[in-house]
Formats: sequence, structure tokens, C-alpha cells
Amino acid sequence: MTWADTLLLLPELIAATGASILLIVPVLGGRARGHMAKWAMLALMAVTALAVIGSTYAVAGVQQTPTFRAMFAVDAFSVFFKLLFVVVIALVTLLSEDFLSEERYSTWEYYSLLAFALCGMMFMASGVSLITIYIGLELLALSSYILAGYYKNHEESTEAAMKYFILGTVSSAILLYGISLIYGVCGSMRLSTIAAALSTMLSNDALMFGIMLLAAGLCFKIAAVPFHVWTPDVYVGAPTPISAFLSTGSKAAAFAVFARVFYVAFPAFHLDWSNVLAAIAALSMIVGNLAAITQTNVKRMLAYSSISHAGYSLLGIIAMNEMGLRGILIYTMVYVFANLGIWATILMLRRHAYAGESVEDFRGLHKRAPFAAFSMVVFLLSLGGIPPTAGFIGKYFLFAAAVQAGFGWLAIVAVVMSAVSMFYYLRLVVAMYLEEGSGAETIYSPSLRFVTALSLTVTLVVGFIPELPIRQVIESSSHLVGRVVQR
Amino acid sequence: MDALTASIPLLVFVVVGTIAVASSILVVAMRNPVNSALFLLLTFLCVAVLFVMEGAEFVGAVQVLVYAGGIMVLFLFVVMLINVRALPDDRILSPYWTGGAVVGAAVFVLLVALVRPGVYHEQNDNPLALRSTTVNARHRVVQPDGTTVRKRYTRQQVVGNSEAIGMALYRDYLVPFEVASLFLLVAMVGAILIGKRELGIDDEDVDPQYIVDRVAEEKEMKEAMSA
Amino acid sequence: MPGIPTNYFLILSAILFTIGVCGVLTRRNGITIFMSIELMVNAVNLTFVAYARQFHSLHGLIFVFFVMAIAAAEAAVGLAIFIALYHHRDTIDVDEANLMHW
Repeated sequence: MTWADTLLLLPELIAATGASILLIVPVLGGRARGHMAKWAMLALMAVTALAVIGSTYAVAGVQQTPTFRAMFAVDAFSVFFKLLFVVVIALVTLLSEDFLSEERYSTWEYYSLLAFALCGMMFMASGVSLITIYIGLELLALSSYILAGYYKNHEESTEAAMKYFILGTVSSAILLYGISLIYGVCGSMRLSTIAAALSTMLSNDALMFGIMLLAAGLCFKIAAVPFHVWTPDVYVGAPTPISAFLSTGSKAAAFAVFARVFYVAFPAFHLDWSNVLAAIAALSMIVGNLAAITQTNVKRMLAYSSISHAGYSLLGIIAMNEMGLRGILIYTMVYVFANLGIWATILMLRRHAYAGESVEDFRGLHKRAPFAAFSMVVFLLSLGGIPPTAGFIGKYFLFAAAVQAGFGWLAIVAVVMSAVSMFYYLRLVVAMYLEEGSGAETIYSPSLRFVTALSLTVTLVVGFIPELPIRQVIESSSHLVGRVVQR
Repeated sequence: MDALTASIPLLVFVVVGTIAVASSILVVAMRNPVNSALFLLLTFLCVAVLFVMEGAEFVGAVQVLVYAGGIMVLFLFVVMLINVRALPDDRILSPYWTGGAVVGAAVFVLLVALVRPGVYHEQNDNPLALRSTTVNARHRVVQPDGTTVRKRYTRQQVVGNSEAIGMALYRDYLVPFEVASLFLLVAMVGAILIGKRELGIDDEDVDPQYIVDRVAEEKEMKEAMSA
Repeated sequence: MPGIPTNYFLILSAILFTIGVCGVLTRRNGITIFMSIELMVNAVNLTFVAYARQFHSLHGLIFVFFVMAIAAAEAAVGLAIFIALYHHRDTIDVDEANLMHW
């Protein structure tokens, strides 16, 4: 560990230090000034983002020590995801503002936990050893359990935290067993060493089982089907901004890990595990979309829709080719922004101090808040994958990757299920534009307006001029893909 | 006699392993969570013995300190705090227990079937690796022209298991180690935030129900006494 | 101990892990479920130590160290959540946690 290594760790160090400072402020007399917390958090995010960008320039000339290199990588892939995480956390901070002030809970600790979660996510994106990845994952998970139960005076919130906690710890025990089997077969926890060990190996049952258990643990985090039961309850019970965080940031981080682990470590056994993951993906798409149709609560509907989106994104991992990896990166970005926009609209609608939960709350929204209604339509079309929104570009990459890799049937399932998903997305559009109703009152604060506008901009820009973001994604993913091509 | 001494480790393993399995079954089967917790403690101690048998003294010691000392006390504390007397009399099994048992049996068959000799990585030829560490050292080299030069080199130095782990932890695993410290901080913050019975501003002047009950009870007692 | 094959430890750990899984799947009491999860984690630790001895490598032992630290921290948060839940409804039965349907 040298000073040069520390320089590469700078974003994580800044996030961790900032989180600790946020924790100390109320003790130093900042308790009364809760409204300052938001600005402190946003400033921290800005500095972290600068540090992430700065560390990319630091990579070029800096000599890293081998022990450090075995744990942690600053590459274009991780930088892409880290910037995405920082933006997500900044937007979640903006989403939380109204909610926190209404519910009168301490704000500094809340933001501090969010910053710690960001720290865990960044370690997940950068980890190249299963140890670093596991610890980053647990840091994110622990912060999420606490945040899900943050409104402890609400029984639903505590119950959501309990369910999330029990299922989360079970899944991490399963993940650990998988890691232990992989360690037992390969004798190492470093991803590139695992890949090297596997390339000389014939089929191995214990290893397959280890990979499956590892995948099961990660599937819990992305909420893919056999491991999805927690999703609807936690999204409904947790504080709404935290539901937004769980369905975007936390999932994106899990996908970063999924992509890195499977693309770097397990390409040699692709034929063996791809069929199992294909079944999981197909089930996620089918169960998620069909269950979403029957929901009347918008949060539950979004939960099931997020399960189905986990299925779409898995196509990129199953395909295991350049296009697939790019598809994951683009789709994660697109999905995150569309979803954050939708959660902002939900937060905007209030009924008895509760965020807009039922479809009826959306009735006649275009008269009361035309901008919100319009952007909501764009987000829903993006989630459904309708051109010219960004979702189309993401789905195009993923489906094309699946076809390229010989998983045509899976691509067909995905297309059919996208069509099915339009059914319940359009139900919201119909409620907003064609139905009359007083619905819930709307409180459209500047923060929410900003989140909606930013998400709308990204969704439309990626949809209309995809060249620029795609080139960025290609650069970010090229070195991971390089390994795949080399094999 | 030699055969006997050679089989002692195996005997210890069988005895300790049997106790571990039996007590872990009892953890799951006991109705009272306090009993479960005590059997869990026994399992932890057995696992610690197995760790020491496997040459991992440090991890064995940490197992006793952290699990038996820390986690166990926490468990007992919470179980006592919650409800010792109000035990669920009706049923302890969830309605889905048959499904759960079937899944468990299936997992067991899979695990045992897969873990057989030869599947894992081949043995390292350095049996001292568990208790040695690399050190940077210098030694004098007498050169042909008579001058001496100090040269750096690394060598394996045999130390205890704890020292080897310590060196690895602070040198090779510094990054995860620091993240683990963040993890502990978050856990502390979270436990305080969630566990603290924070009376929101709304119900600040409302006493918790049990205090209300107790006050009423005492009042009744006093009335009964005075009457 | 040179006498005992690594396999014996692996099978013992598989047994413990399965008992933990059964406990998680069949019990109703939240704290007992959490104890079963601790059993699963302990079984995994046993596997790691067995492999570490097999390879004569420290990595497995270090991982066990991290797993223990994380399990301890998670126990603190988890039990706090159980206490908070108990404050709300005087039970920690997971089946009665049905405010929202599963």
C-alpha cells in the first residue's frame, strides 16, 4: 500500500470521510439545521464525482502495488458505474428532501447512511477479488436494511426491514457457500486467477454448484424470480425514496458485480451456466410482467416491473459477448433514470401524507401537472422499450446480443413480455390522460422537478442521439470484453 | 499403540462433530429461544475446536471471542428482552414446513454428493504457509573486490498463525480490512437508530403502554391496600 | 492434524449448512430463524478453514475473519430490527408479519 494506491482509492476515501463527517455534524450542533444536510450531501456527491473523474486520469501514469491490484481495479468499467452511482445517490438525496422534512426524522444520519451505501457500491464496482466484492456488497446491504427500516414509527417500514434483513442474510450465506466452493476448486479468490484456473479445467460439479450459489446470491440482489419474494413488500413498506434507491442504485451495483464476475471469471464454463441463467431470466420476465398486470398499487406494480427488468438485463450476461456487456451498461443507465423519474412522480402525489400509491391517484394528472404527466409517459414508454425513447436502445442491444449468442427463444420471450408490459404501463397513461378525477393533491417541489427534468433529458437524449452514450459505453466495456474475445 | 495415537485426532473429530450436529439440530428444534441460543453456543464452541484442529488457532480464538462472547450475549439479551414467558404454545413450525424440510433434504443430498475427494484445488507444497510470512530483509554480500554490499531480498519467516494472519491482513488485505471497519461503524449507527425507542414528536407525551398499565396496576394495589 | 481428510470437514459443514437451511425454512420465530442463519454462516466458515488447511494458504482464514466481523455487525442490526418490530406488535413471529401480503 503506497500513496499511489491511496490516490486510486480517493473517491471511496472521500465518500467514507464525508459520510463520517455527516454523522458528526448533529453532535456539533447541526441537529437543528436539518435542511443543511441536503446541501452538504450534494456537495459531497459533487466532490466524489470529481474524484472519480480525477482518478481515471491518475490511472494512466501511476504504478500500483500488486497486492493492491489483486483487490481493487480502477478501470473504465468501474468508473462508468461509479459515476452512475454518484448521480443516483444525488438524485435520491433530492427525492428524500420533502419526505424527510414531513416525517421529522433526523436527516444527517439518513444521508450519512446513503453515503456509506455509495461507498459499498463503489467497492462492488471496483472489486476484482471476491473478498472486496463481498464486503462491498455487505456494506451496501447493511445500509439498505437500516434505511428500509428508517421510519421505525411506521409498522410497515419495520416489517419491510425485517423481511429484507432475513432474506438478505440468507442470500448472503448462500453467496458465501458459493464463494467457498469456488475457492475450494480454484484455490484463489481473485477473479483473473479463477479464470486462469478454470481455463485448464474440464467440467466440475462442485464448481458448477458454487457458481450457481453465487448467482443465486446475486439474483437476490437484482430481484430475479426465484429470489424475488422480498421485492414488492420492501418497496411498499420502505420509505419511498429508499424504494427508489433499492430499485435503481442497489440493482445497478449488483449488475456491475454480476457482469464483472461472470465476464472475467467464468467465461470458460459459459455453456454450463448460461442455460440455468436463461431459465431464471425467462421466469423473471414472465412472472414479473404477469404479476404486475394484476396490481392496483403503483409501488407493487413498479416492484414487479423491476423484477421483469432484472430478467431483461440478465440477457446481457447470458449472451456473454460484446453486445451483451454493452447492453447491460446502457440498459442499466436507461432503466435507472426512467425509474427515478417515475418514483419522483409518485413522491409528488400525496394522499393523507402518503405518497401516491394507487392507480386512481394518477387520474387526470395531465390537467393538474402537465409536465409531470408528459414526462411520466416518456418514462413508461422507455421502460416498455418503445422508440424513440432510451429504453428501445437498451433493449435493442440486449435482445440482439441474445440472438447473436444463439438464445433466440429467450429474445422472443423478452419481446413478447415487453409487449405485455406495455399493457400495465399504458394503464397509467390512460388514467393520467383519459380519465377524469380529482385524485391526490400534487406537491411539486423544485427538487422533484429537477429530478424529473434530468431523468427526462437523459431518457430523451439517449433515445434520439444514441451515438455519444453508446461510444462512451463501448469504451467503458472494451477491456472486459477484451478478455472474452481473447479466450 | 501407534495406531491408537494416530486415530486420536479422528476420534476427537468424530466426537466434536457429533456434538456439533446434535446441538445444531436442537437449535432448530427447541421451542424456547433461550434453549436454542444455548445450544447455538455449544455449536459455536464445537466449531471453534474444529478450527483449532485444522491449524487455525487465531480464527478459533476469534470464533470464541466474537461468536460465543459477542453475538451470543446479544442473542440472549434480546431473547430475554422480548418474551421469555410468552412462548408460542400453539405451533412453532411455519405452515410451509414440509416444503422447507424437502428443500433442506435436497440441498443436503446435493452438497454431500458434490463434495467428494479430488474436486478441489491441489495441495500447495509449502506446508508452512499457514504460519509464515514474507519479510523484507537485507544481507551483506561480499563482492569479488572485497567490498560488502547490502542487498534486499524477501524470505519466508516462520511465525505463529496469528502473526501470519496479522501480516496478511494489514499488507495484502488492507483495502477490505478498512471497508470492514466502515461496516462496523454503519452497524453501530444502524443499531442505535433502529433499536432506540425514539418517541417521535407526535407521541412524546404519550407514555408507552406498559408504563400506563403498571401505573394502573399500582393504583389498584394501593386502593386494595387502603380498603 | 494430518490424520483427518479435508473431506470429513466438508461433509460436516454440509450437514451444518443443511440444518441451518431447514431451520430458516421451517421455523416461525424470527430470532430462531436468525440463529439458523448464523449456523449456515458457521458452516461456511468451516468450509473455508478446511480448504485453507488443504491448500496451506492464508486467504481462506482471512475470509473467515471478515465473515465473522460482518456476521457480528449484522447480528447487532438484525436484533435491533427485531426489537423495533416487537415494539410495534408484541411478537416476532414472521408469519404474523403480514401487514403487506407476501
